[in-house]
Amino acid sequence: MEGDKMNPNELTTKSTKLTPKTGYTSLLKKIGMVILYLVLIVVALVQLYPLIWLFQLSLKTNQEVFGMSPFALPQDPQWDNYIDAWTTGGINNYFLNSVWYTIVAVILTLILGSFVTFAVTRMEWKLKGFVLALFMAAYMIPLHSTLIPLFNIFNKVNLIDNPLSIIISYTTFNLPITIMILLGFYQSLPREIEEAAVMDGCSVHRIFFQITIPMTAPVLSTTAIINMIYNWNEFVFVNTFISSEKWKTITVGVNNFVGQYLTDWGAIGATLVISILPILLVYLFLSDRIIEGLAAGSVKG
Amino acid sequence: MKNVMSNKTVIALYVLPALFLVLFLIYIPMILTGYYGLMKWDGVGEMKFIGLDNYIKLVQDKLFWESTWHSILLGLFSVLSLIGYLIVSLVLASKIKGANIFRKIYIIPMLLSSVAIAQLWIKIFDPMNGLINSFLTSIGVENVPLWLADPEIALYAIFIPIVWQYAGFYIIIIYAALVNVPEELIEAARIDGANAFQIAYKIKVPLISGVLKVLVILAIVGSLKYFDLIYVMTGGGPGHATEVMASYMYKEAFGKYNFGYGSAIGFGLLVISMVATWTIQKLMKTKEDN
Repeated sequence: MEGDKMNPNELTTKSTKLTPKTGYTSLLKKIGMVILYLVLIVVALVQLYPLIWLFQLSLKTNQEVFGMSPFALPQDPQWDNYIDAWTTGGINNYFLNSVWYTIVAVILTLILGSFVTFAVTRMEWKLKGFVLALFMAAYMIPLHSTLIPLFNIFNKVNLIDNPLSIIISYTTFNLPITIMILLGFYQSLPREIEEAAVMDGCSVHRIFFQITIPMTAPVLSTTAIINMIYNWNEFVFVNTFISSEKWKTITVGVNNFVGQYLTDWGAIGATLVISILPILLVYLFLSDRIIEGLAAGSVKG
Repeated sequence: MKNVMSNKTVIALYVLPALFLVLFLIYIPMILTGYYGLMKWDGVGEMKFIGLDNYIKLVQDKLFWESTWHSILLGLFSVLSLIGYLIVSLVLASKIKGANIFRKIYIIPMLLSSVAIAQLWIKIFDPMNGLINSFLTSIGVENVPLWLADPEIALYAIFIPIVWQYAGFYIIIIYAALVNVPEELIEAARIDGANAFQIAYKIKVPLISGVLKVLVILAIVGSLKYFDLIYVMTGGGPGHATEVMASYMYKEAFGKYNFGYGSAIGFGLLVISMVATWTIQKLMKTKEDN
């Protein structure tokens, strides 16, 4: 994809001693560096401040929200906002739903995705190129173009307002990107161990579960986190397929909560913080994995 | 050894479950959307075949083309904002100490749900008590904008949280590409007397053009599918000032129970996305590779 690279042989004359710097140029350099850092810091503030502000908002009373500057810090942090949101607002139920839908869908996606990637990269069969292309191309199809028929299909099999419709949808729609990320890793993985196992008369299942799956653990964890973020944040499937409060997820629940407690900004802030906290906590510990996964899913496509 | 690894039963067992899901939940619905577009249907009752009526209506529907235009505008804004992301990435990749921390901070908004972002920014944009207008008032601006409530600027206002959400994602990808530019090339140019701007413009940017092209496609195609953020922030309003293809489809079907016409819009969205992807890829190929 990249253009012609210059011939590196022409560059062997690389000198380490550059022209001696005068005081003037080094001062200019320093000013330049300060400007560069300022740019980066301003961008960082723009990215972070709305979230800091949200956290402050979640600890304020209505008097503070509507009577004082929004930049002011909360005077007497209202942790009760969180308790109100969690119990009275019913966020606890939404939260638990999100947790188990996310976990079940991630496990299913990883298993099914690994099966396909293994079959495509390790096994010999005629249609594998075509089947792989089918999975990849599905990534390009806009989800909203499938929504009405999906609703109808789930309706016909009585899965509307049933968590299964959500789990199945999450699993299916995350398969293409999951396979995409797994594929790159499988292709770079040496096959010798698996081939030796075949020679020893191992069954395919044993090779898959006892050799391949453990070897792909690093990429599986990356993929799991990416899937987790997608599922946790998903909105349109739950909003469309689920009508009972008891089955809704945090993302949709938060939206309903805001509709009901329109003027209670503190509690709204608290629900929003609760809804984003799990992902932020995971990010705190696994930021490199997450960044790697987000980048891998996009550019390979 | 060949026969174990080409065991048809095992292959079927491994591939068919996933294939079944993708066929029945993605491909068949995609085709069905086009078919349902031929029906008059309220979503629960009997479908009635009405031929091409919905599609004829669609082609003449001003609102549909307006929402398409809004989607395209958002795509164009996204492509333009790539320039900004490129500049930040170039700064970040110029041997900055702490580049990794900046990178990690920038991507944080990308981790949040569009719903949470929408709700947060509704508060930030609030004309009375929001962050932006309070700031504007404090520096003496008298006629503060109404942001999401003003049909003239609502679409532009919506683009601000979109940039906020995706900036880190684009920066990370561009940064990763820049870091991979061979050091020798930059060093050689420096010896030849090139300054930082020339190095960036003449060496680094051309070398990462492949990645930039992918990002242009992502930005446009992604924009055509925008839904969550807009649906939650404005519901396509005020009036239809921020209506996009997906929100129009959703409201027709699940709001007004015009599932037939909604399907036709959904099919329109599909066709336009496909044509856009294909066209951009074609355009970019002929320029460079041939």
